Amino acid sequence: MTPIVIAFYAFAITTIGGGLMTVLARNPVHSVLWLILAFLSSAGLFVLLGAEFVAMLLIIVYVGAVAVLFLFVVMMLDVDFAELKAEMARYMPLALLIGVILLMQLALAFGFWDYSDGFEGRLAQPILDVENTKQLGLVIYDDYFLIFQLSGLILLVAMIGAIVLTLRHRTDVKRQNVMVQMSRDPAKAMELKDVKSGQGL
Amino acid sequence: MLSQDLTTISPEIILSLFAMGALLLAVYTVKDKAASLLVWITSGLFVALAFWIATMGEGTTTAFSSMFVDDAFSRFAKVAILLAAAAVLVMSQDYMVKRDLLRFEYPILIMLSVVGMMMMVSAGDLMLLYMGLELQSLALYVVASLRRDSVKSTEAGLKYFVLGALSSGLLLYGASLTYGFAGTTSFAGIIKATDGGVSLGLLFGLVFMTTGFAFKVSAAPFHMWTPDVYEGSPTPVTAFLATAPKIAAMVLFARVMHDAFGKSVADWQQIVAFLSVLSMFVGGIAAIGQTDIKRLMAYSSIAHMGFALMGLAAGTAFGVQAMLIYLAIYVVMNIGTFAFILSMEKDGMPVTNIASLNMYSKREPLKALAMLVLLFSLAGVPPMLGFFGKFYVLRAAYEAGLGWLAVAGVVASVIGAFYYLRVVFFMYFGSEQDIQLDRNGSPILWGFLVASATVMIVGVVNLFGIEPLAEAASLALVN
Repeated sequence: MTPIVIAFYAFAITTIGGGLMTVLARNPVHSVLWLILAFLSSAGLFVLLGAEFVAMLLIIVYVGAVAVLFLFVVMMLDVDFAELKAEMARYMPLALLIGVILLMQLALAFGFWDYSDGFEGRLAQPILDVENTKQLGLVIYDDYFLIFQLSGLILLVAMIGAIVLTLRHRTDVKRQNVMVQMSRDPAKAMELKDVKSGQGL
Repeated sequence: MLSQDLTTISPEIILSLFAMGALLLAVYTVKDKAASLLVWITSGLFVALAFWIATMGEGTTTAFSSMFVDDAFSRFAKVAILLAAAAVLVMSQDYMVKRDLLRFEYPILIMLSVVGMMMMVSAGDLMLLYMGLELQSLALYVVASLRRDSVKSTEAGLKYFVLGALSSGLLLYGASLTYGFAGTTSFAGIIKATDGGVSLGLLFGLVFMTTGFAFKVSAAPFHMWTPDVYEGSPTPVTAFLATAPKIAAMVLFARVMHDAFGKSVADWQQIVAFLSVLSMFVGGIAAIGQTDIKRLMAYSSIAHMGFALMGLAAGTAFGVQAMLIYLAIYVVMNIGTFAFILSMEKDGMPVTNIASLNMYSKREPLKALAMLVLLFSLAGVPPMLGFFGKFYVLRAAYEAGLGWLAVAGVVASVIGAFYYLRVVFFMYFGSEQDIQLDRNGSPILWGFLVASATVMIVGVVNLFGIEPLAEAASLALVN
């Protein structure tokens, strides 16, 4: 067993174990922590594959943002997880069905898939001898410039949509006005009094 | 290289830059007070771009390593989309102002949606196709629930969003299977990969992608969202949903089928023919029981998409030409009909009940006559333009050896004629009753209604010269 194989098995087992414990853990906060473990070990798997950029993305985006968001949801919302867990047995057949379908898809992908003639010739050419980040930079801002910009527009629409559908200008609440706060004059806003000891104002 | 590519997509760039600039300007200045002005400027820009695209383009240009295709086919679709969007925007203004719905984001979202549609119809690659489709749909989900205080409108937006996401998922699954078979996402590569026939995996991909498109054009059996979304959305948004996105989705459907799977016509022809027959009958039969005119128009649009799909099912250049002509006529009819629906109100409140049209002809003979012409045209009664649209697709299906499909189309159009004529019956021979629609209507809506009805009659002469344009467009696609 080479070190790489050992590392692979270590990461793979922790990923699966983490995933399993995410579902099985009784305490929802523990579930999130197990989820983070699963993310971290799959990032390790990506490093083994030579995809270090994706590994870092996984850590920064999923562990850094998504998992923290989950923690917020778990801690701040009053969701009765015990009740949700109790119904797990009911959905077991559906879960098993989905598992079987995924397995069949893997079998399709690795066993019986037939490629078109001249498949290799049509694949995108790999850029060799540069690290991931540079490779991505070379294609995203060049070959896929149009698609990249369009995804920016899609995100813009999502942002406009969220504001259009939720923003309400209420008049009956106090709002913070930064400019007013900053332009307050200490001389007018407060008064200094000399209080003698043993006496009140 | 890049500068050439950017020149090719300059209409789209101008539109996106204008949308972003308008957004910034409106946010930092007068906000919703700028909305009316913005609606007019946007429509003006749409019309100007339509003229530019119509006169500028020659031949076929590709950009971004053939990811973006600018040919006669995409130009035809873009001009139709831009003009339809401009007309609906102008029509919607009055209605939105009255109901306090006109926010400056509305024209901006419509603009971004149109950018998505223009990308869709020019897509030469599965990735650009998906990006355009998402940009288009995401903006539409938002405007569908624009009346956020109404349960129906939010329900419409949510339903549209969930089912739209499902259809996008199906489409992506199909696209990934196709990519796995062909090794490339570009249409030019896929058509080369299908030289040696279609494997089972690719067939699955083709079916999933067709399902996704059928959702987007609301063809039966994937039409369930249409009536609820049409009914719940604010009426101007419904008018928009029934026009420009329909052209974009049908044109995209045709482009994928011919550009990427043009060598395997026999494999997809039966699927499209099946969708076509089912849509025509479901649209025709389910519309009979409707009492709400917006729901009626939803089923009507399902049936019309069935007819347009008949042109595509033919699998020939003439079929695509017939589809384009049908779509153009359909959009003009729908703009007129929705101008009428937008003007239906009672004491300033919108009314969509068909029963409120009882004896309408006595009070407003001219408007009733214009609506009669449009409804006859929608039903496909011979002297009107709608008949010629149906005639083209039936001929295309017949010439492609799908005689049974043409016969089914004739039967379905007879069934469909019933509910259009029922509205006419209400207007001319219905019973007197207490709901009386208001008399006044905005001159803009009145203008669109009359113009559309006039087109339905005058267009019989030479279809306004649209026939050679559609032919050139179809020859650019099918070769």
